[in-house]
Amino acid sequence: MPFANGDRELLAFPQKRALIVMTPRPPQLETPFAVFDDGVLTPNDAFFVRWHLAGIPQSIDASTHRIVVNGAVQRELTLSLRDLAAMPAVEIVAVNECSGNSRAFFHPRVPGGQWGNGAMGNARWTGVRVRDILDRAGLLPNAKQVQFRGLDEPVEPPTPAFRKSLDVDVARGDDVIVAYLMNGQPMPLLNGFPVRLVVAGWYATYWVKMLSKITVLDHVDDNFWMKTAYRIPDTPNAGVAPGSTGFATVPINKLAVRSFVTSLTDGAAINAGPAVLRGIAFDGGSGIRSVEVSADGGASWRRATLEQDYGKYSFRRWTFQWNAAPGAYVLAVRATSNDGSTQNATPIWNAGGYMRNVIETYKVTVS
Amino acid sequence: MRSSWLFFVPLAFAAAGIAFAENSAPQGTTTIALPTGVGPTFKPGPGAKAAGKYCTTCHSSAYVAIQPPLNATQWAAEVTKMRKVYGASIPDDAAATIVQYLTTEYGKP
Repeated sequence: MPFANGDRELLAFPQKRALIVMTPRPPQLETPFAVFDDGVLTPNDAFFVRWHLAGIPQSIDASTHRIVVNGAVQRELTLSLRDLAAMPAVEIVAVNECSGNSRAFFHPRVPGGQWGNGAMGNARWTGVRVRDILDRAGLLPNAKQVQFRGLDEPVEPPTPAFRKSLDVDVARGDDVIVAYLMNGQPMPLLNGFPVRLVVAGWYATYWVKMLSKITVLDHVDDNFWMKTAYRIPDTPNAGVAPGSTGFATVPINKLAVRSFVTSLTDGAAINAGPAVLRGIAFDGGSGIRSVEVSADGGASWRRATLEQDYGKYSFRRWTFQWNAAPGAYVLAVRATSNDGSTQNATPIWNAGGYMRNVIETYKVTVS
Repeated sequence: MRSSWLFFVPLAFAAAGIAFAENSAPQGTTTIALPTGVGPTFKPGPGAKAAGKYCTTCHSSAYVAIQPPLNATQWAAEVTKMRKVYGASIPDDAAATIVQYLTTEYGKP
C-alpha cells in the first residue's frame, strides 16, 4: 500500500477470495480496489471485513439463532430467522463504508486501523425493518435510543463489549433493516451471518454483525463504543486543525460524499486517443447529483455521465469520455450530492482518522 | 470470458439450491476455521517477549506492525489505552518495557 508500513499480505479467509490482510486477528480484510471496477455491487467474497474484538463465533446455527428484543418495550420478543422471514421484506442497495476507510492517507498520520480506500463495499441487502420489529414489541413512552449487540465477545472480560445505539427516530427510519441476505445470498460469516444491521447511509460502525440483541434504552447510551469511540468533531466536514483540542464531539453518523476513478490507478500509463474513464460515487443517502472530472488537477471540470441508478444509498457508477493527447496529467474526480454537499481539494483531519472524502487525484501518463 | 461465465453459473445454482430458497432467511449451520499463524511476528529486540505475551492476548502483532511510525508519547498512549480502556492486564514494569520496545522497533524519535 502507498504509505509507510503499508506492507500487506493477500490471503483468502473462509468464504472469501484473497483480500488484503490488515490484521489476521481480529480479522480485518480490505477489498483490493480493482474489485470496484468490476460492477456496481461488491461480491460477497470480496467484501471488506472488520471486527473489533477477537471473540468471534466460528460456527453459527441460523436455525437456532435468536434476536432478543428487550428494554423499554411493552413486550419482550425472541425472534428466529423464520420469524423474520414471515415479516414484510425490504430490499436496499447500500454502501457499507468503514468510518476509518482511507485512514492511512491522513497527514499527519493517526494511529488505528490503517486502511487504504478499500474498507467499503456496496451490496443489495434483504431484511426486515427495525421499525416493524419495534412496533411488534411496542415502545414505551420513555424510549430514547435503541442499542444493538451481536454475538462477538471481548477476549478479556474487562474489554467493553461492542454495542452501538441509534436514536429512536433514526432506528425507526425506512432504511434501517435487520438483513438476512446480502446480494441475494446468506452473508459470509465474517460479514455477520446470519443477520446484521443495515443502517443505509450511515457509517459501518452501526451495522452490527451477528445481531443477537436489540435493547431499547430510556437514556442516551454511555457505553464506550458510543461515548468515547467513533466520535467526530462537531465541525463542518468533521475536520479540525491537527493537534487542536477543546471542540465538541458527536457520534459519527452519515457518510460523507466521495468519488473514485476505478478504471485506472494513480501512476497509470495509457495510450493516446479516446479513452473511457469509469468510477463510482456515493453519499449518505441524498443520492448523487453530479460527478465531474478534471484532467488538469482541478483547474477545470467537465461532467461525467451517470450510469444506472440503484437507489440513493448505492454506489453510482459514472463514465467519462476522455480524448487523451500525449502528456502528463493529473486527473481529479469530484461528486456533488442532491443535498448540495461536495468534496474539497484539501483533506480534512481529525484524530480518529474518520470521514476522509478529499477529491481524489490520479497521475496519468499518456503516450 | 465465455468459459468463466459457463464455469460460474452451475456453481452459483448449486450454492443457492443447498443453502436457501430465494428471498428467505438462511437456516442451518455455517462453520469456518479462521487461519492461525498468519501475519508478521514481533521484531526481535528487548521487550519483544513481553509484547508477544501481553499484546497478542487480544490481537495479532500485525496491529502493531501496520501503525505509522509513532513516537514514545504516542506509543505510551496506545499502551495506556489498552490497559485503561480495554482492560488489558499488563503489569507496570512490563508496560514500560513494551513502550520502550515499540518506540525502538516500530517508532520514531
